[in-house]
Amino acid sequence: MPPEPPVVSPRSLDEAFAALASAPHRPVAGGTDLLVQITGEMGEPPERVIDLWGLSELRGIAVEGEALLIGALTTYTEIRRSADVARHLPALADAAATIGAAQIQNRGTLGGNAANASPAGDTLPILLATHAQLVLGGPRGERTVPASDFWTGYRQTALAADELILRIRFPIIAKRQVRFRKVGTRRAQAISKVMMALAWQPGDDGAWREVRLALGSMAATPVRAPRTEAVLEGAAPMAEVADLAVATLADELHPIDDVRSTADYRRAVAGRVLHRLIRDEGGW
Amino acid sequence: MSYRLTVNGDPVEIEAPGMRRLLDALREDLGLTGTKEGCGEGECGACSVLVDGQVVDSCMVPLCQVEGASVQTVEGLAEDGALNVLQAAFLETGGAQCGICTPGMLMAGEAFLASGAQPSEESIREAIAGNLCRCTGYTKIVEAIALAAERGSGAG
Repeated sequence: MPPEPPVVSPRSLDEAFAALASAPHRPVAGGTDLLVQITGEMGEPPERVIDLWGLSELRGIAVEGEALLIGALTTYTEIRRSADVARHLPALADAAATIGAAQIQNRGTLGGNAANASPAGDTLPILLATHAQLVLGGPRGERTVPASDFWTGYRQTALAADELILRIRFPIIAKRQVRFRKVGTRRAQAISKVMMALAWQPGDDGAWREVRLALGSMAATPVRAPRTEAVLEGAAPMAEVADLAVATLADELHPIDDVRSTADYRRAVAGRVLHRLIRDEGGW
Repeated sequence: MSYRLTVNGDPVEIEAPGMRRLLDALREDLGLTGTKEGCGEGECGACSVLVDGQVVDSCMVPLCQVEGASVQTVEGLAEDGALNVLQAAFLETGGAQCGICTPGMLMAGEAFLASGAQPSEESIREAIAGNLCRCTGYTKIVEAIALAAERGSGAG
C-alpha cells in the first residue's frame, strides 16, 4: 500500500478556502468514493487531501422561504430521517434508501454525490428533475449553479479548484410530484444500471404539466430526456401515452456497454421502468 | 500527526497519517485484528465498526475523521470474558460458519438492536444488507439477531 497522502482538517470554511487557495487539494467528505483510492489498487491516490467532515457549516436540512436547503455534508441517513425531506421531497429519501446500505448511508453525503460526478450517482437525476441549484462557495464568495449546468462532462463539474459545494437548494413547488426508480443487480450495495427521476405538476384536468424526466447511468453525465418530456407534457398518464413515451425514450437514449450492463439492457429497462411508473400513476 | 479517540471505552492516542484508514489504524496500530478486511471498497461490510454508535465500513473512514469519536469494535462486545447477548445468540443459532463476516455482522447487528427498530425479518435483512456472508449463512444470522432482540440486547 502506498503511503497515505497528507491531509488538512480545517475547522471553518474560511480555513478550508485558505487551504484550497494555497495548493490543489482533493476534498473528502464521507469518504465513500475517495477512500477506495487510498490503497492504490484503484488508480493513483490523490496527492493532497482536505477533510471537510468537521465543517458544521455544511451540515443540516432547513426550509427557508420556498426552498428546501440541504447542506453538502448531510448524510443519506440524515436525509432518510428528515421530516422536511419527507414532506417536501420524499423521492430524495427514496433514493437515499437505495444507496449502499447502512454503512454507506451513515457516511455518504449529498454534496459528495454531486461533486464526485459519477454518471451512476444515485441522487443526481433527482437534482436534475427538480430544478435544484448547487450553491458553491469559494474565496470570491458564493455563486449558484443550476443542476442542469453542473455536470459538464464525464466526472467533470462546474466547481473551480478552490470552490466547495455549500448546500443544495430544491425549490418547493406546490402539488408537484416526484418519483424515483433505480435498477441494480440487487436491492442493496448495487451500483445502478438504470436510474430515473420523474417530476410533474398534475393539472385539474388530470394532465401532467412541467414534466421533467432525468436519468442516470445512461450517458457520461446524468441527463434529461427532453423529447420524452415533450410527449408527456400536457398528457394524462394513459396507456397510449406511456407507449409513445417509451418509444421516444428508446430513440432518445444512447447508453453504452460497460462492465455493469449493456446498452440494449439499459435502453429496454429504462423504457419498462418508465412505462410501469406511468401505469402506477394512471392506476390502470 | 496524533489523533485521540476512544476505542471500546478506552482513550487511545494514535500516531499516524490522517488519511490512514480506520481499519488499518485498528489492526496495525492498535493490534485489534478482530475487524477484518474483505473487499477494501465498501462492498462487503467485513470491516464494520461503530463510530459514535453508527455502523460504518472502517475501510472508508480516514483516521482524521474519528478524532474525538467513540469507536466500538468486535473486541469490545464481550464483558469480562463472557459473550454478550448477540454473540451468544450467534453461537446458539449457528450464525457463524467460516467466520470472516462475523465481526462485521455482529457490529451491524448491534447497531440494529440499539436503534430500537422493530425486529422483523425484513428490517433485520435491511440492517445487514451491507454485510456479505461468503458461506451464505444468512438465515441463521437473521435468526441470531432476532433471538438477541427477543432477549433484549442492545449496544451501549
